[in-house]
Amino acid sequence: MAGYVPHTDAEVEVMLGFLGLASLDELFSVVPDTLRLAARPHDGGAARFLEMAEGLGEPDVLAEMERLAAANTACTGPGVPVDRGLVCFAGGGAYDHEIPEAVRALGSRSEYVTAYTPYQPEVAQGVLQALFEYQTMVARLSGLAVANASLYDGASACVEAANLAAAVTGRGGVWLSRGVHPHWRSTMDTFAAGSGLSLVDAPLHDGLTTWAVPPAEPPGALVVQYPNYLGCLEDLDAARRAADASGALLVVALDPVAAGLLRPPGESGADVVVGEGQPLGTPLSFGGPYLGLFACRLDHVRRLPGRLVGETVDVEGRRAYVSTLRTREQDIRRERASSNVCTNQTLIAVACAIQMAWLGTSGLRELALRCARATRYTRESLLAIEGVEPLVGAPTLREFAVRVPVDPAVVVDRMVDEGFLAGIALDDEAGVGGGAGTGPGLLVAATERRTRRQIDAYATAMAKVVR
Amino acid sequence: MTPEPSTPEPQPATPSPLAGGRAASAPLLGRAEEPTVFELSSPGRRAWSFAEADLPFWDAADLVPAGHLAGEPVPLPELSERDLVAHHTRLTQRQYAVDVGAYPLGSCTMKYNPKLADAAASLPGLARVHPATPSSCTQGWLELLVALGEALAEVTGMAAVSLQPPAGAAGELTGLLIMRAWHRGRGDGGRTKIVIPDSAHGTNPASVTLAGYQAVTVASDERGCVDLDSLRTVLDDDVAGIMLTNPNTLGLFEEDIVEIAGAVHEVGGLVYYDGANLNAILGVTRPGDMGFDIVHLNLHKTFAVPHGGGGPGAGPVAVTEALAPFLPGPLPAVAGDGTYGWETPARSIGRVHGWHGNALALARAYAYVLALGGDGLRRVAEIAVLNANWLRRRLAGTYDVPHDRPCMHECVVSAASLARARGVRALDVAKRLLEEGFHAPTVSFPLVVKEALMIEPTETESPQTLAALADALVRIAEGASSDDRLAPRTTPVGRVDEVRAARRLVATFDARPPGARAPGPDGER
Repeated sequence: MAGYVPHTDAEVEVMLGFLGLASLDELFSVVPDTLRLAARPHDGGAARFLEMAEGLGEPDVLAEMERLAAANTACTGPGVPVDRGLVCFAGGGAYDHEIPEAVRALGSRSEYVTAYTPYQPEVAQGVLQALFEYQTMVARLSGLAVANASLYDGASACVEAANLAAAVTGRGGVWLSRGVHPHWRSTMDTFAAGSGLSLVDAPLHDGLTTWAVPPAEPPGALVVQYPNYLGCLEDLDAARRAADASGALLVVALDPVAAGLLRPPGESGADVVVGEGQPLGTPLSFGGPYLGLFACRLDHVRRLPGRLVGETVDVEGRRAYVSTLRTREQDIRRERASSNVCTNQTLIAVACAIQMAWLGTSGLRELALRCARATRYTRESLLAIEGVEPLVGAPTLREFAVRVPVDPAVVVDRMVDEGFLAGIALDDEAGVGGGAGTGPGLLVAATERRTRRQIDAYATAMAKVVR
Repeated sequence: MTPEPSTPEPQPATPSPLAGGRAASAPLLGRAEEPTVFELSSPGRRAWSFAEADLPFWDAADLVPAGHLAGEPVPLPELSERDLVAHHTRLTQRQYAVDVGAYPLGSCTMKYNPKLADAAASLPGLARVHPATPSSCTQGWLELLVALGEALAEVTGMAAVSLQPPAGAAGELTGLLIMRAWHRGRGDGGRTKIVIPDSAHGTNPASVTLAGYQAVTVASDERGCVDLDSLRTVLDDDVAGIMLTNPNTLGLFEEDIVEIAGAVHEVGGLVYYDGANLNAILGVTRPGDMGFDIVHLNLHKTFAVPHGGGGPGAGPVAVTEALAPFLPGPLPAVAGDGTYGWETPARSIGRVHGWHGNALALARAYAYVLALGGDGLRRVAEIAVLNANWLRRRLAGTYDVPHDRPCMHECVVSAASLARARGVRALDVAKRLLEEGFHAPTVSFPLVVKEALMIEPTETESPQTLAALADALVRIAEGASSDDRLAPRTTPVGRVDEVRAARRLVATFDARPPGARAPGPDGER
């Protein structure tokens, strides 16, 4: 058993003696006997105990973790050679981007990894300043004045945005584009059961949201994704007009890589910008931990969910950072708080900040361009295959959806045998796709990691699989 | 020409062709300010590089319709990789952490995070898996999640687990939504209230509101526990349930827990266990055996997932057999033939996360479970409780101990007498402790104790570290004076002006007032 408890038996004896106790068991004399478990399975007789294996030494733990890891087919990249992994063409909010070694190295510094929430700012300037820099960069991506220090993921950021809009407008209606990620929409639906918000779908027409028929009750928020789940570039000006017509806040879910080429949603009149921050510095990680981006106009800062870092000074006038507007938060406001967020995703936000600085102004644009080129080339290669057609007609950027002549889930399974993660089947019953109201299809993304050779091989395999 | 001595000519700090940037040097661990990454930026400098993709050269205008294309690229810092690495390395030198020293922050369980979990979470076979990969290719992940769920069910004494909630507060809200769905499913949707003790964490009442319920507070008795008689006065047909932390936030075990659970069940309510303090009872007793119906765990506390400066954590929810059909889904499950897949429970409340929860945090927790095993988990609780009681005993007489009876994994002492006698408050003690090289305990919480210092040493601090911590706290009390309001004086910055931060909000670099002084060679103090 690997032990992380430093105490020797002799030290335990001395400490028990100081307390006037004869055994460790006596520490728990306050726990009623009927609730007690026995110390050890082997000498407890009929007593109950935790039915768990004995602890393992470090090499055995790692061997077991390696066995489990080897039972997965991961995406190719560092540590996963092409003959053992899948070349990734799946996206849907989780993208196979390069993570520079500098991000990996700095993001795993144990001062960042093993700190708590910065409640004592005098010894937490490292995390606080990194978050201040993160907030600044997220605000710039969004085109809005202020960003928080992170939420759990894109889905939770949408939930919090709807709650903020309801608090600002006093209206519980959320007019929700069907082009928003289906998992995010279903997460919003789950939490609406408690908050009392009512979600009303805005349908897609040829890939873009139509706001033609407003809900019966004027909504507090319009929520639209940019580019949307199908990769289509939504008309944010139209969304803004629809929001104005009903007096709602406009919430835009932004992809932070596509943001390298797109007009910031704040310039199009977004009141709140949310997003999934995974593409900037976080591995695919089987879906988490990811990063909820959240920015808003300064007017709404007192309703901002989660933590916010502000710049100030110390007693001697030195520049310093601290968690601020703390009275918004649950530990002070308690049942009157508009969000219950406490632990967030700080470490992921710090990695994202490092990645954004590594890219810089020109690098983020270059990354977005390279992804767009790879996606365009993949799309053209697939559309050259007989029977493969665009699912919708609207212009796409980050990814795209095609109609295939075979059940898309079957296509994904067959493409695994060819060495590809072909994309996301849009009618997948497991709930990882579908629900955008478009019928069956395959959602495909290509990042800067995809080369012409890989894309050509992918298209060749696809032609074989859909024949 | 000689300038007037009284009005010196302002000198440019650096020649203009070299504006921005800064030599990558700083006094090690000194009190010099670290410039922001924006001040280190120098236009045109770059760290990035990409692989050769050999793709057709489409330009932005070919790829993005005109109305969508940005006029200007997003302004981000422009640094060499060398300067970026130096910046963040210097920032980490301004950051306290468990790997630096003891972190006795009450209710946070800041134990040592074994390095083997870092290695496990970076295995490419786990970290490089796309969440939408077909389950035929994720059998290892699914097996891991099922096994972790079973271990957590065993530790808590519950029947079924969902690993989706990404943090403790998310677990609370998930649990309350399960409670809500269960009541409604029985045609009992009229219940409006959740009972919470006055010592509860702030997330509890906030979650109650977000779940559409009203929080009703019940007072603690003089022992620091829920008062059964007061509880009975608020229990009626409107009560959907009660949320309890056991041991509670005073570090005390709720001895009447079976009676409390029985009383709530009697009026048709459910009993919710906030797992913030589960570290105290691992392998000693289980929420399921106490009568709890719903449990959330904080894997970033009890199961040694590092806290990351504020996350990511993981907040799985465990429930009884009766509530299992309501769990968030899809859930990992094993079929009769031994293959793993996803199943959504019959009456699931729905998703609470965009994918499958904070999977890599779950992998870390599983590695920890494998390393410790059942005996090791019990040892955790035993030593955590031993350490806390030793400290309580050692500090009694120096600090007030408002509830002077055996505690569990943490002890709450008070600086009330010290404040009266010498004007030194709990916050001052905390800041003094920073000077002594320890992280501070939790201060001013729980709210039911005046001038509270909530100390949770955890099981991974040695007796020698405990003794040094206790000596420091005693030294602080004995030497207490009004000077302590100037503490800390040895940290990267002195006491921080929190009021100014809130009144003159500067939450981004771009919100700094024009002409604000820049640190660095030209602005150095």
